[in-house]
Order: sequence, then C-alpha cells, then structure tokens
Amino acid sequence: MSSFWSIWITVLTLGTLVGCYLLLRYCLKNFVGVEEGEPTGHVFDGIEELNNPLPKWWSTFFLLTIIWGFGYLLLYPGLGNFEGLLGWKSSNQGILNLSESKVSVIDAKEAGMLVQYDREISAADKRYGPIFEAYAKREIIDLATANDDEAISARKVGQRLFLQNCSQCHGSDAGGATGFPSLTDQDWLYGGSPEMIKATLIHGRKANGMIAWSAALGGEQGVKEVAAFVLSLSGREVDAKAAEAGKVKFAMCAACHGSEGKGSVEMGIALGAPNLTDNIWLYGGSQRAVESSIANGRAGIMPAWDKILGEQKIHVISAYVYSLSQE
Amino acid sequence: MKNKHEKFEKNVGLFAIFTILAISIGGLVEITPLFFQKATTTPVDNLRPYTALEMEGRDIYIRESCNVCHSQMIRPFRAETERYGHYSVAGEHVWEHPFLWGSKRTGPDLARVGGRYSDDWHLAHLLDPRSVVPESNMPSFKWLAENTLDGELTAKKLSTFNFLTRNRSHKDEQGNAIPLYSESEIAGAKKAVKGKTEMDALIAYLQSLGHALK
Repeated sequence: MSSFWSIWITVLTLGTLVGCYLLLRYCLKNFVGVEEGEPTGHVFDGIEELNNPLPKWWSTFFLLTIIWGFGYLLLYPGLGNFEGLLGWKSSNQGILNLSESKVSVIDAKEAGMLVQYDREISAADKRYGPIFEAYAKREIIDLATANDDEAISARKVGQRLFLQNCSQCHGSDAGGATGFPSLTDQDWLYGGSPEMIKATLIHGRKANGMIAWSAALGGEQGVKEVAAFVLSLSGREVDAKAAEAGKVKFAMCAACHGSEGKGSVEMGIALGAPNLTDNIWLYGGSQRAVESSIANGRAGIMPAWDKILGEQKIHVISAYVYSLSQE
Repeated sequence: MKNKHEKFEKNVGLFAIFTILAISIGGLVEITPLFFQKATTTPVDNLRPYTALEMEGRDIYIRESCNVCHSQMIRPFRAETERYGHYSVAGEHVWEHPFLWGSKRTGPDLARVGGRYSDDWHLAHLLDPRSVVPESNMPSFKWLAENTLDGELTAKKLSTFNFLTRNRSHKDEQGNAIPLYSESEIAGAKKAVKGKTEMDALIAYLQSLGHALK
C-alpha cells in the first residue's frame, strides 16, 4: 500500500476514535443550565423531558470500547502499513502463484509473523502428518487387506476421503452410475492392481479412443450389426444374421477391445477399452445404449487428483478402493 | 453552548447530510484504499481471460442465480482448504465484473471446481442432480441443454470487459496494459459460441473456475 493510503487510513481511523471520545465527553457535560434530574421544560403530548445524564455504566463501557480500540490497533494490523505488534495476519494474500504461496509460509515464519492459516495447517500437519506417513510406509495391498488396527483405521480414513472426493461420481457405495464405473466388481477399465488404481488416481484417465464410429461402419445399419455382435458376446439373444455381419466389422474394434472383445486390460495395455463379454455396461447395456455408444463414441474422464489430494491421501484412498473389490 | 444539537435534530436535511458523512467514513477507510492497492489490482500469474464460450456460461451462471447457493470464495481455514483447495486470493478476481463470491453455501463452494469433475459429470448433474448425488437438493437445469446460443452479444460482452479491466490487465515490457481480448478474438466471438447450447457454455465456465491457482 502506498504511504498516502496508509496515512489516509491511519488518520481517519484514529480521528474517528478521538472524535468518538470527544463526543462522549461533550455529551457527559451539562450545558443546559438545568440541575440533573430536573425538568428541562420540554413538554410534548403531556410528556415531560427531564435532564437525565447518560447512565454511568453506559458511558463507562463506551470509554472502555475506545480504549479497547486503541489496544487492538496497537496489536493487530489496522492502521495502514503498520503490521501490529503481534505480527498477526489471517493468510498470505499477496501471492501471485502457488510456489509463492509456499515461499510466503516460510518467509512469514522467519519474520516471526503469526499467520493464522499457516499455524492452523502446521498444527494439523503435526497431528495428522505422522499418521499418514505411517500409512504411506505400508504397501497398498497390505493396508487394504490386513486386519491390524492401523490398517483398519487407514481404510476408515480412506472411506472418508472417498466419500468427500469420489462419491459424487462413483456413488457413496462406490457402485458407480451410468458413465462412472463401479469400483466394487472385478471389471476394471485400466486394471485393478493396487498400483494401477493409484496411478489412475494420481494422473487421471482420459478415454479418448472410443470415437464416433457411425461413419466408419457405414451408418445406421453397420452400427446395428456391430451392436448385435457386441451384445451376443455376453450371451444376449440377438438377430443372428446381423451379429454375423457385425462380427466382420468388429475387426475395427478389436485393436482396443481385443479380438474376443475382452477388453484392453485382458490384452495387458491401459487403453481403457472395457471388456464387452461380462455383461457389465458402463453406459447401459440396452440395445439402444450400446448402439449409441458405437455411433456417437464415448469419452469418459477421470480427473487427476495428485494436486488436489497429494500422494499420501491417494495412497490411503487406493487401499480403500482396492479393498472394495476384495470382499 | 445551549442545546446546539437542536439545530441538527430539528432539521432533517442537515441531519441526513451529517449522518451520511459519519457512515461514509467506514467505506472511505475500508473500501476506497483497495481500489489502489497492488494486491487487489494485479492479476495472479496464470490468470487468463474467459473464452467467449466461458463468458456466455458466466452470464448463464448469473441468470440462473447459481451464486445464491454457491459461493466462489475459499476462506483461509483448514476446514475449507482441505475440501476446496488453496484459499482464494484477490489477484484471481481482479477481472471479475461483477464478483460472484456469493455469501451463502446451500451447495458447495465452486471457486476451484474446474477440472474436478468431467464434462459428462456436469452434464448428468445439471440435468438431474440426484442421478449422481442422491442426497442433493439442487434443482434440475434441463432447459440449458435445449437453449442454443446465437452469439449476437458475445463480441460486445468481450469488448465491455476490455473496457472494465483497462487498468488492471497484464502489462507488456513497456508497462502498457495488454487488453484482455484482442481484436481478432472479439471478431471471432460470435462464431465461437454460435450453435452451442447454454449447457455447453455453463460447463465450460465451471471447468474454468480456479484455473489460475492450481
């Protein structure tokens, strides 16, 4: 803040406090020449005004608030650029990027500033940091399956974090919804190993392989045929002729879904192409839904969580998620 | 000195003037200096202007009064930053006209909702919030998917923002202000939004929120 505005604030603030004090003093004096408690001679509608002084308790408290005001302005930042004797502030507001934010925490500490937010965070780190560190030392699979107290509490923490951050899409029971996979079954788009789950959480996933196939398949007829074949893979009753024609065209799909339609995980690659033979349908298994998936494509996105949650929390969530499909 | 205050008490006009003077001191101390303070006029490093589509989405956000139930202001408390991310700073909002900070959270804060969910999720959620969050009490905004933007006013909106932020934009090496939107961006604004639905615009806007400090 420039010194002009600093002075502006200081003068107005202190001036107001002094003004309040002078006003109080003025109001405490008896200027009307009438004894206290005697009638002033003002009568309105039969009601007489007495020259009563301000109540003592009230004017005393008024004075105390003024003194409090001066004390507050001495200790806390209130007068322009003056930071206050305590060096207190709520947060580091002047930052221009995240790394500056991190530096400002260290700077404030070195300068002996009491930054309320930083203190809150460091107190929490002191309390919860060792807990997460202990979790991070153990393998995900161990945290997910062991029955000691630490592993059980880790899964509880994982569940809380899941409910807060993941349930919006995957559901509070992790059962998924249309377009958002269930995490409770054995069907994984990118693999269900603990490491794969963690990688998915950290980096996110972008399924952009399922483009709109309508044109490539020769329009509606082609889409219908491939859909018939795809549905037949999970044992659905379909028009055999259409499925036969679809089987030929499915060669185009085999690059990602595999020649038997068992998906990219079965092929050992992380493409996110689902298994089409297990009767689990991410976007619905009705004939219409499958045709729509083929004709218009699908582009599911799993956001990356590393910057939002950090690796230690993701480690714990991974353990919780892995445990869900192990029961 | 006898009863001097009678003059004020019996003269409504004079009394009003002195009242206004007295209550304006608070604003003069707490608001006016902020117009000239670096922290409230300098954009944070990665701040970028809204695209034409995001700008239209922002207007839909305002039209549907999303800010009545959703704040865009993460306060510097751990309880908030654990859930929403880094606390909001003034430099993220220097180009906002008007601010959409909100003051009430019936729903969660949205200051950093961008990138947190996929576009598909936002679509499902705006069409039928309970399809993805069963306990939600948010209304459905089905009509957004049916209304198409014509883009007639988009260019005007962008140039208006150029005017509003003329003293608060990034500076080039000579210290001259760089306008938020170049002439070609303004010229292409209509084309950029025409034919998109209001849903597309709103989702684009939501996905942009909080981009500058991530």
